[in-house]
Amino acid sequence: MTSTTDDPAATAGPPGIDPATLHRPDGSVDVPTQLALYRQMVRMRKFETRAYDLFMENLVKGTSHLSLGQEAIAAAFGEAMEDQDYTFATYRGHAHTLARGTSMTGVMGELLGRSCGVLSGKGGSMHLTDVSHGVMGSYAIVGAHLTIALGAAWSAQYRGEQRVAVAFFGDGTTNIGAFHESLNLAAVWKLPVVFVCENNMYMEYTPIGSVTAVANPAADRAAAYGLDSILVDGNDADAMYLTARESLDRARSGGGPSLIEARTYRSSGHSRADPGKYRPDAEVAAWKNYDPIVLYRTRLVTRGVSEADLDAIEETADGDVETATVNAKASPAPGADDLLRDVWSDGGSSWRN
Amino acid sequence: MAQLTYRDAVARAITQEMERDPNVVFLGEDVGGAGGVFKATVGLLERFGPERVRDTPISEQAILGAAMGAAMTGLRPIAEIMFADFFAVCWDLVANQIAKSSYMTAGQVSFPLVIRSGNGGGLRFGAQHSQSVENWAMAVPGLKVVAPSNPTDVIGLFAAAVRDPDPVMFFEHKGLYSSKGEVPDGEIVDTLGSAKVLRPGGDATIVALAAMVPRAVAAAEALAQRGIEAGVIDVRSLVPLDTQTILREVSATGRLFTVEENPRLCGWGAELVSIVAEECFNYLDGPPLRITTPHIPLPSADALEDMAIPSVERIVTTIERAMQS
Ligand SMILES: Cc1ncc(C[n+]2csc(CCOP(=O)(O)OP(=O)(O)O)c2C)c(N)n1
Ligand SMILES: [Mg+2]
Repeated sequence: MTSTTDDPAATAGPPGIDPATLHRPDGSVDVPTQLALYRQMVRMRKFETRAYDLFMENLVKGTSHLSLGQEAIAAAFGEAMEDQDYTFATYRGHAHTLARGTSMTGVMGELLGRSCGVLSGKGGSMHLTDVSHGVMGSYAIVGAHLTIALGAAWSAQYRGEQRVAVAFFGDGTTNIGAFHESLNLAAVWKLPVVFVCENNMYMEYTPIGSVTAVANPAADRAAAYGLDSILVDGNDADAMYLTARESLDRARSGGGPSLIEARTYRSSGHSRADPGKYRPDAEVAAWKNYDPIVLYRTRLVTRGVSEADLDAIEETADGDVETATVNAKASPAPGADDLLRDVWSDGGSSWRN
Repeated sequence: MAQLTYRDAVARAITQEMERDPNVVFLGEDVGGAGGVFKATVGLLERFGPERVRDTPISEQAILGAAMGAAMTGLRPIAEIMFADFFAVCWDLVANQIAKSSYMTAGQVSFPLVIRSGNGGGLRFGAQHSQSVENWAMAVPGLKVVAPSNPTDVIGLFAAAVRDPDPVMFFEHKGLYSSKGEVPDGEIVDTLGSAKVLRPGGDATIVALAAMVPRAVAAAEALAQRGIEAGVIDVRSLVPLDTQTILREVSATGRLFTVEENPRLCGWGAELVSIVAEECFNYLDGPPLRITTPHIPLPSADALEDMAIPSVERIVTTIERAMQS
């Protein structure tokens, strides 16, 4: 067992943030879990790096939103959640979907618009869903899925099931009405739901501070709903994991909702090929030095995990990404029979007799 | 058989379905303790308790989001949006989320839910509390759209909607809540997508929906006095749409008149006319004609609102003139 708080890499804190304001969860993360977290983050990073290349080759069409640099958050919840729990993600949801165990081929195929995609090519990168792994959807209208997560949590509560719904969203999402409606109703009904704000400091191309009345867009609003203000280092996989466990335990034991604001940074652009030029160079550089995977690797090595073990995780992930790419490229495009399917639950799309 | 108001039929319908299936839950603003602003849900809270009948804050997005999330995880929610005009503040959930997610996920999720709402005018509520918006819903693939005209249909179609595996927009007409009808005893279950021929007629076919149905029937009676035999069809369900019944009747009479409460453009009747034009053009003896509210917001003053919404008199004179020309 190792503690998070005695580690220099953990206490340095994210750039520009007073470490004293950060939530320091109790407890420690054991090495097997740490290796699992590392594996998760590496898979996400390598998958999305490949997805970007395929976008530049015009094999991924339309749009794509990467969460490069934000991996610790999805990884932490992926490890902390139980099989029966529900994930509600955004258009920036590749990592959150992979974190629950969805096949890479299924996700890659969806990005490429192939029939091996998890949605048979009908949803695309912004709508990844895999109910068999608890991924209840990825939503592309800002804020909507927070309300939908309420319903999944409500149905678990109604049946007395030990399930938690987790909704991931960005800093920009805290300024839409659905966020506030969701926080209020979750608190009033004491729903087993965790709201995870990934504050990457930008809503598209606008710095969040310039359009938000408070400094911490989620944490500073928590009090309005009778919730604890939780600001956590979103690039520290251990702190994220322990915070995730706390909130999931609270929800599962009837303690109601949590709102977590995880401070992080997306190292790539908002979407597609956005170079992110609207961000100051010094800011980009500072966060580049605070990369969650690099930090974590250093920490694990410091704690005695062998470089060889970590390299093996990376190599396996490389192989998985390559296999997924080959599979997806080889998969046929969806056919005409898919076009008119599944509007209704009888499988069809008929609206008249 | 018993006389029942349209309003009491709503409560009976919800009761029937909640008693049958413990997965049916009900949420909305003022639906429980207050029994609904139209008093259409009186007694449900007392009967089923606060776990199944949930009063919500004024959060239309959260109401529909909660219904959606509950439906995709095994419940069969009934959500109330108090006035159909309020769909404008939560249309994302209706049009982008609930309607599309089955298709987008290649059928991984389905949404057995009913959204019921007070629709329509005639109550002098003005432009933001009087609209007939069933055509908003009809324009979105993935929604079933129902609008009953009488108490028995309220119960039967509502039961069908709750039991349907897909999302159903259930438009109750505010102007009909106090209307009465004979309702059979016992369980009533109807089928979605079945229009009803209320009155046969060899000269013309009038197709109407919700509050326009009683007016169409009254107009047909008046027309009969003047020697024109007009049949009346209650569409009841816009999606799925019973085109067979309508095409059959229109082919027999050769004339189609729609009576629509919605403002003119893109009303359901326009779709019907296009179907008739495409599929039974050769049987028509004259142009199909739509009798609608003008393309204006609804005014509040009774004198004005009565001029706007199709009246029995307007239906009669329009049809009479068309049949004579
Ligand atoms: C209701 C709505 N408004 C605007 C958009 C366009 N849009 C897509 S992503 C985005 C920024 C969201 O920012 P944030 O919540 O911080 O999430 P991030 O993209 O940074 O992960 C915007 C404005 C949208 N999809 N939905
Ligand atoms: Mg952001």
